[in-house]
Amino acid sequence: MGRIADTFGTLRARGEKALVLFVTAGDPALEDLPAILDTLAEGGADLIEVGLPFSDPIADGPTIQASSHRALERGVTTRGVLDALAGFDRVPVVLMGYTNPMLRMTLPGFAAAARAAGASGSIVCDMIPEEGGAWAVAARTEGLDTVYLAAPTSTDARLDAVCAVSRGFLYAVSRTGVTGASSRQGDEAEALVARLRARTDLPVCVGFGISTPEDVRAVCRFADGAVVGSWLVDRLARDWDGGRGRAGLLESIRALKDATRPGS
Amino acid sequence: MYDVKPVAGRFGAFGGRYVPETLVPALDELESEFERAWADPDFRRTFENLSRDYVGRPTPLTEARRLSEASGLHVTIKREDLCHTGAHKVNNALGQCLLAQRMGKTRIIAETGAGQHGVATATVCALLGLECVVYMGEEDTVRQELNVFRMRLLGARVEPVSSGTRTLKDALNEAMRDWVTNVRETHYVIGTAAGPHPYPWMVREFQSVIGREARAQYLERHGRLPDAGVACVGGGSNAIGFFHAFLGDDVRLVGMEAGGRGVGTGEHAAPLTAGTPGVLHGSFSYMMQDDDGQVQPTHSVSAGLDYPGVGAEHSFLKEAGRVTYLAATDEEALAAFQWIARLEGLIPAFESAHAFVALRAEGLFKPGDHVLVNLSGRGDKDMARAAEILGYGPAASA
Repeated sequence: MGRIADTFGTLRARGEKALVLFVTAGDPALEDLPAILDTLAEGGADLIEVGLPFSDPIADGPTIQASSHRALERGVTTRGVLDALAGFDRVPVVLMGYTNPMLRMTLPGFAAAARAAGASGSIVCDMIPEEGGAWAVAARTEGLDTVYLAAPTSTDARLDAVCAVSRGFLYAVSRTGVTGASSRQGDEAEALVARLRARTDLPVCVGFGISTPEDVRAVCRFADGAVVGSWLVDRLARDWDGGRGRAGLLESIRALKDATRPGS
Repeated sequence: MYDVKPVAGRFGAFGGRYVPETLVPALDELESEFERAWADPDFRRTFENLSRDYVGRPTPLTEARRLSEASGLHVTIKREDLCHTGAHKVNNALGQCLLAQRMGKTRIIAETGAGQHGVATATVCALLGLECVVYMGEEDTVRQELNVFRMRLLGARVEPVSSGTRTLKDALNEAMRDWVTNVRETHYVIGTAAGPHPYPWMVREFQSVIGREARAQYLERHGRLPDAGVACVGGGSNAIGFFHAFLGDDVRLVGMEAGGRGVGTGEHAAPLTAGTPGVLHGSFSYMMQDDDGQVQPTHSVSAGLDYPGVGAEHSFLKEAGRVTYLAATDEEALAAFQWIARLEGLIPAFESAHAFVALRAEGLFKPGDHVLVNLSGRGDKDMARAAEILGYGPAASA
């Protein structure tokens, strides 16, 4: 079993759910990435999604778009991100990005570099199971888990496919839409998680539009973990300030993590 | 061999579906509904009747006598500029909006660069009584103000896009994001033969009327087929629609991309001539990208060709060696723009002017060759920009 499975196993034994945090690599500056990852792990992140900036992020809302744009303006590249990651191993890292920059390195090349950087898996926002065959081979060769997304619009046949090819965990998209900017969590996410549970024993995490401890608590009632992305990206951009915002950030992350614990 | 529906949405290695999972059921539904509708005589009759009575099809073939003399070729022009709304774009907008209505979708979204596809979609939505939202790069809303007004007059909402480079590719990104969010009641009318399967196939089918008509008209008038066919290529919908009827014939096909300031300068929009394969907007095809796989900014005098990607079938036809793709610079296109206006009394769209540059390309055709050029749209929308570039201001008019 991989590191991601171990993490979920440990959490289950403790009766906790997973706090999954997303950051855009290179926003704030790439030099700060190791310190940011340390802070997130310190605050209680169980798993970290490291976003690889892409020029045309069609699955992302305004917050992550702007963040990717800033990272690219700073000259951040996929290889640069992987270099900056190497050495971090406090919690499992999942790379999250789009197909084209991976293809550009060739899929086996990207998979090898991702493993060398210590990543445990990947989420590719614009890759569906039908197009993922070549990537699955490359990822498995390097021992990387591939996490697919399941959507409220997915048919039963599609959920079967997503469950069949996912490794590590499943990412349930809370609603139709892009990342970030959301109203409250509706019933769609809970219904989707139930449909996934009927098909797989893999842990199911819910993401898109989750930003407060209350959101996390609500999701953790029925899912194995909650993904917080845009809120954190926005917070880092505003308050990180070269590390001066570390203490305040730690406090907020701890509050999010507390919401994944029993009786919270 | 060229007539089959792409297997798993592929043309050779190109095409496919690289999209967020949320959209896949909608793409599946679109694929099966399109397949059913296209085989349904009632749907075909509605499409063909409106193409005739509303769009004005068939569009004529014009023998370009003076242009033939000047070029030493036998030039004939397919007149898509005479379609209602002024370009071939309406063929696809009509087909997709009828399909959307059949699927019970009440809201239509579209992206537009120069505004031609946006105007065509807004027009058909007015005709069919559908809600219409058009995404347009902020830069383009300024450059093509007249088309923004036309769309608003037709009842569409124009959403300026201020993300990324604020041009066509960003309008496409934003339309995709809208679709992911509102997919249950919304149909996204992509304006070109690109995007995820089934779009490249479906848009080709709606546009293939251009080539079918042109081939039959040419045969009837000349008793033979042309030696060559030429069209401009941005995303490539007019070109694929025009080429398709000729793929099985001994007719040389030439696609003219936007060479901008020259393909050597990097400031162009010619992915087939100077790009590499990659994934953009849901499809694997030639595109303009840097070493890191980031999409590169493009440049063309023509907003409609100012796009870093191209339809998957063009990538296939390039690699199969069936179609020759070349690039025409801004300067060459502007020269052709004036040349066609003065010799034939036809003012082409900047996009379409690129196609005519082929007639002057050295060694491309033999003297006396019969060449059929697709004039995909008329140039009224480009008048303000043309006057600016060519210096036809009020003071220069004397």
